[in-house]
Amino acid sequence: MGRDIDIEVRHLTRVEGHGNIYLNARSGKVEKVLWEVDEAPRFFEAMVRGKSYHQLSHITSRICGICSISHSLASLKATEAAMGVEISKQTELLRRLALYGENLQSHTLHVGYLVAPDLLGAGSVIPLVKTAKEAVVKIVGLHRTANMLSEAICGRATHPITLEVGGFTEIPTERALLGMREELENAKGVCTDVAGVVLAHADRLPDFTRETEFIALTNDENYAFYDGDLGSTDGGRWPVEEYLSITNEYVVPHSTAKYTRHNRESYMVGALARFNLNHAMLSKEAMEVAGMFGLKPVCHNPFMNNVAQLVEIMDSLVDSIGIIDELLDRGLEEESGEIEVRAGRGVGAVHAPRGLLIHDYTIDGLGNCTKANCIIPTNQNHANIQKDMEELAPAIIDKPAKEIELTLEMLVRAYDPCISCSTHYIDVNFR
Amino acid sequence: MKPRVAFFDFASCEGCQLQVINLEEKILDLIDVVEVVSFREAMKESSDDYDIAFVEGSIMRPMDEERLKRIRKNARILVALGACACIGGVNRLRNEWSVDEVKKEVYDEADIEGNRLFDVFPTKAVDEVVDVDFRIPGCPINREEFAKVVAHLAIGKEPRLPSYPVCVECKKNENICVFELGKFCLGPVTRAGCNAICPTHGDGCEGCRGYLDDPRMEAAKDVLRKYGVSFDEMMKRFNMFNYRKGAI
Repeated sequence: MGRDIDIEVRHLTRVEGHGNIYLNARSGKVEKVLWEVDEAPRFFEAMVRGKSYHQLSHITSRICGICSISHSLASLKATEAAMGVEISKQTELLRRLALYGENLQSHTLHVGYLVAPDLLGAGSVIPLVKTAKEAVVKIVGLHRTANMLSEAICGRATHPITLEVGGFTEIPTERALLGMREELENAKGVCTDVAGVVLAHADRLPDFTRETEFIALTNDENYAFYDGDLGSTDGGRWPVEEYLSITNEYVVPHSTAKYTRHNRESYMVGALARFNLNHAMLSKEAMEVAGMFGLKPVCHNPFMNNVAQLVEIMDSLVDSIGIIDELLDRGLEEESGEIEVRAGRGVGAVHAPRGLLIHDYTIDGLGNCTKANCIIPTNQNHANIQKDMEELAPAIIDKPAKEIELTLEMLVRAYDPCISCSTHYIDVNFR
Repeated sequence: MKPRVAFFDFASCEGCQLQVINLEEKILDLIDVVEVVSFREAMKESSDDYDIAFVEGSIMRPMDEERLKRIRKNARILVALGACACIGGVNRLRNEWSVDEVKKEVYDEADIEGNRLFDVFPTKAVDEVVDVDFRIPGCPINREEFAKVVAHLAIGKEPRLPSYPVCVECKKNENICVFELGKFCLGPVTRAGCNAICPTHGDGCEGCRGYLDDPRMEAAKDVLRKYGVSFDEMMKRFNMFNYRKGAI
């Protein structure tokens, strides 16, 4: 005989933004399981209308504190595409470094501060300061290195200052890059140590698999973060301008929710999607981290997104060092170029830490934005989270209620949702 | 006894709470002097028994107002954290239009009528709903300033914000005035405390820390006229973090 279970997690903790989990089971049968988001809507796409091209990235970076650099860069790329502005190789390299700084920061925050407490059986990282001090100090150190990289390139880790249409207001000195290179080199060992801590508790990551589609940027030169086409593990490659045919936002009949779907009823974006699609471009060191956990493409266990993030931490460190070497070889030079205002529409896509991020702007002849659309990683994941929950909940329904609750929380956390990015968001009416 | 501290967030990017985490090793010192009892972004435990509440974000909905009033009732000291909480910040940009208009632009035909999650009013700063004891301004907050405010509050001292403009810090940093570089800057009317971080990195101040108590607006406008900034451009710049309908 099954039990009746009612679970309600209001304002799930250790995620960015506000979301709720509900589960009702009667006689051991799951009647309803739901992931609901009740973040206050902020209407960014409405507020950028009439703003000047040079303000857009500064406004839209405020969509998200954790991924403000990705938002800035998606915004700048969309603006530059709309106005036909070209950027230099140096600018592209520096922007890639900025993205890596943010990816390192965000992934370390997620794996180290938000997920590790579940694995180590704590409510937060604070008690771990006493019980697992060595691990905490390593995580904090890695987080600091990541922010140093963002600060060196962007002037500030959150809400970047130096990134502007066409280039940079200020570029780092060679000395700063050399210092950064040493920091990153040291961080590789720390990354391996942190991966070791996670590995020691990896048996707590549920063994759960549900086949789904993974979508990510992909290119033939590198592990795509800054640039690429849209790619799918179900096959296919499309220019980013065709994003609307991939993201297919839709509203489900019983709610106002905007979901996305492509080939199947849902798809996933983020570290695991990138790993599944672009693993061939990973560095040897990153593949070693994947090997520690036996992570192989195509992996359909969403909990392994945490592991894919560890793999990417290593890869971002290795690739950042490579970019710094390339910049130093080339020699840094001050650049300045006049921006010519031109009317047009442009799409800019980058990988935020949590996955595919797209900004789409229309700009008029005076350089003002007339229409904006932003496609946020977490919005693309909501439907996949929901589908995972629907399959996971019945499989664990005989476990103690507390364990069911924790497992569902861990599932949502594994996606590293970033709910403040609420330009579009899900809402479901629940009894 | 250590003061009990709680963090809360409303409509925002949560970047200000992130600055608390970005204190890195210094957090370990801070948790020596205060006890963190609620911090949803970083911890599972929570409690309604706290002395100091840090509130990030703007207030958008009746349901947010109710929650904020409960926080005010529980807290001995309420600190507004960041531009969204202190002045409305970029969230206030949408107040240029009616609520119905912005809903239509973003959610288009989706049926959100009568749904309380979408029941929004024009953006408000925290002090438009409840009394605020102290403010830590900025977008994002300056984490050093945050640490200083916490240290003050922990020993029962009143934290004070600088009463001089960003220009003072900018001069101290020996920067070339960004107006001379052909850029725009709100440094002359904006409260210091950020160490002039934007002008120091080659970009003009955007006024995210809010205006001084008694800003010399007319003098600032004269400067802008001198450098040939158009009225339209000036309004856009002034409005970025400090939007007031039909006024500067």
